[in-house]
Amino acid sequence: MLMLGLVMTGSLYAAFAPAQAESAESDTELIAEGRELFLISCVFCHGQNGEGVLTEGGTQYGPSLAGVGAAAADFQLGTGRMPLVQPGAQGAAKAPVFNEDEIAALSAYVGSLGPGPAIPDEGDYSIESLDDEEREEAISRGGQIFLTNCTACHNFSGNGGAMPRGGQAPSILNTSPEHIYEAMLTGPGNMDVFSNGNLTPEEKRDVIAYIETMRDQPEYGGFGLGGLGPVSEGLFGWLVGIGGLVGFAIWIAAHSTRTTKAPMKGTDA
Amino acid sequence: MGAWLTMSIDTSKVADTNSTTAATPKKPSKAGVVANWADERLGLGTVMKKNLRKVFPDHWSFMLGEIALWSFVVLLLSGVFLTLWFTPSMGEVEYQGSYSPLRGVEMSEAMASTLKLSFDVRGGLLMRQMHHWAALIFIASMMIHLLRVYFTGAFRKPRELNWVIGSLLLLLGTLEGFTGYSLPDDLLSGTGIRAADGFMKSMPVVGTYMSFFLFGGEFPGESIIPRLYTVHVLLIPGILLALIAAHMLLLVYHKHTQWPGPGRTEENVVGFPMLPVYAAKAGGFFFIVFGVAALMGGLLSINPIWKFGPYDPTKVTAGSQPDWYMGWPDGALRIMPGWESHFLGVTLSWNVFLPIIVLPGLMFTILMMLPFIEAWITGDKRDHHLLQRPRNAPTRTATMVALMTFYGLMWAAGGNDIIAIKLHLSINQITYFMRAAVFIGPVIAFFITRRWCISLQRHDEQKLLHGYETGIIMRSAEGGYSERHLPISDEAAYKLTARDRDEVWTPTTETDSNGIPAKGGRLDGVRSKLSALMYADNVQKPTAEELEAAHHHADHEHELQAPLEGHSADGHQFDGHHAVDGESLRGDH
Repeated sequence: MLMLGLVMTGSLYAAFAPAQAESAESDTELIAEGRELFLISCVFCHGQNGEGVLTEGGTQYGPSLAGVGAAAADFQLGTGRMPLVQPGAQGAAKAPVFNEDEIAALSAYVGSLGPGPAIPDEGDYSIESLDDEEREEAISRGGQIFLTNCTACHNFSGNGGAMPRGGQAPSILNTSPEHIYEAMLTGPGNMDVFSNGNLTPEEKRDVIAYIETMRDQPEYGGFGLGGLGPVSEGLFGWLVGIGGLVGFAIWIAAHSTRTTKAPMKGTDA
Repeated sequence: MGAWLTMSIDTSKVADTNSTTAATPKKPSKAGVVANWADERLGLGTVMKKNLRKVFPDHWSFMLGEIALWSFVVLLLSGVFLTLWFTPSMGEVEYQGSYSPLRGVEMSEAMASTLKLSFDVRGGLLMRQMHHWAALIFIASMMIHLLRVYFTGAFRKPRELNWVIGSLLLLLGTLEGFTGYSLPDDLLSGTGIRAADGFMKSMPVVGTYMSFFLFGGEFPGESIIPRLYTVHVLLIPGILLALIAAHMLLLVYHKHTQWPGPGRTEENVVGFPMLPVYAAKAGGFFFIVFGVAALMGGLLSINPIWKFGPYDPTKVTAGSQPDWYMGWPDGALRIMPGWESHFLGVTLSWNVFLPIIVLPGLMFTILMMLPFIEAWITGDKRDHHLLQRPRNAPTRTATMVALMTFYGLMWAAGGNDIIAIKLHLSINQITYFMRAAVFIGPVIAFFITRRWCISLQRHDEQKLLHGYETGIIMRSAEGGYSERHLPISDEAAYKLTARDRDEVWTPTTETDSNGIPAKGGRLDGVRSKLSALMYADNVQKPTAEELEAAHHHADHEHELQAPLEGHSADGHQFDGHHAVDGESLRGDH
C-alpha cells in the first residue's frame, strides 16, 4: 500500500509538475551531455541508469538517483562532495571536480531520471527585491527559524557540530546561498529535508538572509574564538588568562626590591 | 659615661628644650595629626605596627591565590556596573534595540536588558566580557592555588581548616559562576538552567519537589531569573567575602609557609615586609590582573548572546556547554551509559543522578578530606611551616596527579563534540574510549608519578653523595673514562637535606603489665598498609655518616684528578657553577 501510494504520488506530481521554462531542445542536449559525463564518472556506484548499485550484503555502493532531483545533484557536485574522496561516514566538501557547465549537464541528467526538486533560481534565495524594512523583518524572522531548526546541529553561529559515528554537520559559513537552499530542499546525508510544506520558499530565503547577515556582521565582542561556545572560551581563559597571569607572577617574584637589574653579590634571587 | 651622653637621642627634631624648662613639642606634620586622630579613636597604631612590617616570603607560586583575590575584586567592580542596567525579570517584551537581527523578537526583560548593555550602553559590552573573563580566571586561579598548596604540603597542620575554607570557596565560586551565566536568559543560559532542572529532578523522592520549589512551579516559570539574581549578587558574594576574609585572617594568623633554605626554619619567616615591598608587589599585581581582564574583555569575544538569541525551550544549539568549571560533571554526564530503573511506577535516572549529583558530591568530599586523610595515615601531629617539594611526597603527589587525570579526562569528555569535529573523530568512539580511560588513566598516572618522584629523590641523593655531573669526561692513566663529579654548594645541599625522614606508621603490639594487648583501632591494619604505601618506597636523605663517607671518597677522586685542574682541556669553568668572565671555551682561534 505504501509503495502504491508513493508511486501514485510520484506519478501525479510528475503529471502536474510545472514544466521547465527553457526550450526542450537545449534541455535534451544538456541531458545527453550529462549522460556522457555520468557514464564516465558516476556509474561505478550509481549504476548505468542511475538506478543505484547494491553490494552482496544488501547495502549500497551508491543510492538510486531517480527522483533526487537536479537540486541534489547540483548540491553534491557543486560543493565537491561528489565524486566521493573515499567511502566513510560522510562525504567531505572539497573543491568541485567538474566545472559549472559540466555540473549543469550532470544535474540536468540526474533531474531527468525522475521528478524531484529543481535547482532554485536566484530570486528564490535573494532578498534584493525587498525594501529595507522588509529585509530587516526577513532577517529577524530567518534568525528565529535558524535557531529553531538549524542550530541544534550546525551551532549558533553556523560553525558546525558533531553527528553520531564520525559524521558532522558542516560549517555553513562558506556555503553559497544556492547550495544552502538546495541542502534544505534535498537533505543531503544526515540532514533533514525541509520541504516547501515544512519551510515555505520565503522562509528558506529568510534563513539564508540571516546566515548571510551573520557571515557579514562584525565580531562585536572581538576575536570570535572560532565561534564554538564555552569550550574555546575556557581554553582561552586558561591559556591566555591564567597562563599570562602566572607569567606575570613569575616576573614579579623574580624582581627583588632592588632598582638595578644586575644581581648583587651575597643575595639570593 | 661621656660616651653615653653624646650618644643620647637627638630630640631637636621633635621638641625644643634648653634643659632648664620643660620640653615643648614641635608642631606635628599634617599626616601625623590625621594618623594620631585616627589612632586615638580606632587604635590603628597597634594593629598597623604589627602588620605593616609583617613578612611574606617571595616565590611566584605564592602569588596564585592573589590572582583569585584580585580577579574577585575585578568581578565586584564590573559586576556593580552590570547591575545598574540589568533587569532581572522574565517579563516578556518585544526587542526594539540596536541589534537589528533580533528586532521584533519576543524575549524576557533580562535578555533585552543584557542586549541593551551589550549594544546601547557605553562600555557595557567591555564590562560584560571583563566580568565573564574575570569569572573564568577567578575559578581557574583558585584551582591552581589549590594545586600549589597541595603539592607543597602547605595544607598540613595547622592549616587544615584553611584548606577546607578554600575548598568551600572553590565550590561557591563555581555556583556563583553558574548563577551568573544563567542570568542573561539567552539560549545557552536557558539550556543550562533546563539541564540543572533535570539534574534536580533526577534525585529520588525530593527531586521534583526541589525543582518546583526553585522554579516556583513547572519549568521555566517566571521566578527563576529574579531568584538566581538575588543568589548571584547578594547571597553567594556575601558568603564569598566572609570566607575570603576568614581565609586571609587565618593566613596572617598562621603566617605564610616558605621553602626551606639556609636561615629558614619552622620558627621564622624569611621574606619582605608588607610595607613597602609586599604592598607594592601585591598592589601592582592587582593592576596587572585588572589589565589582563580588561585586555581579554576588549579583544576576545565571550558569550555572544546576540548570536544565541533569547531562550526558548524548543531551541537548542550544538556546542551547548557550560563554562569550563562545570565542564567535568558535564563530561561525566556525556559518557555515562543510559542506565535507568523503574520502581513502583517511578523512574530512577541513574544516568543523570550518578554523574551529576553523586559524583561531584563525592569528589568534593574527597577534596575537603585530603588533609585529614593524610594526617590520619601518617599520624603526624606536628606543625609544618616549611614546604615540601612534590618529589619528597611521592604518594601524595601521585594522588593529586591521579585526581587531575580523572578531572582532565572528564573535562575532555565534556567537549567531546568539539573534539570530534576538530580532530575528525567519531563522537561515539570518544565516548567509549573515555568510559574506560576515566578509570584506567588515573591508575596509570598514579604509578608513573609516584615512580617518577622516587627517581627524582634518587637523583637528589646522587647529587648529595657524589656531587653534580660536570659533563667533563676524564681519562685515567690506564685509559678508562669517567665523568667528573663536583660537590654541590653548601646552600644547595642544605635545601636538599632540609626535610624530615619519613616513618612508616606501625600499630603498637605491646602488651601492658597484665598481659593485655594495647587497644588498637579496627582500622589499624589498613592504616599501616596505607602508611607503608605512602612512605616505604621513598628515598630518605643520607645520614651525616653517609655524607661524610661519600665526601671522603670524592676528595680522594679529586686528588687523583688534581693535575688536570687549570689545564686548557679542563673546561670546568663552563659548568655553570663558576664565573666565566673573560674566558672563552676554545681559546682565541
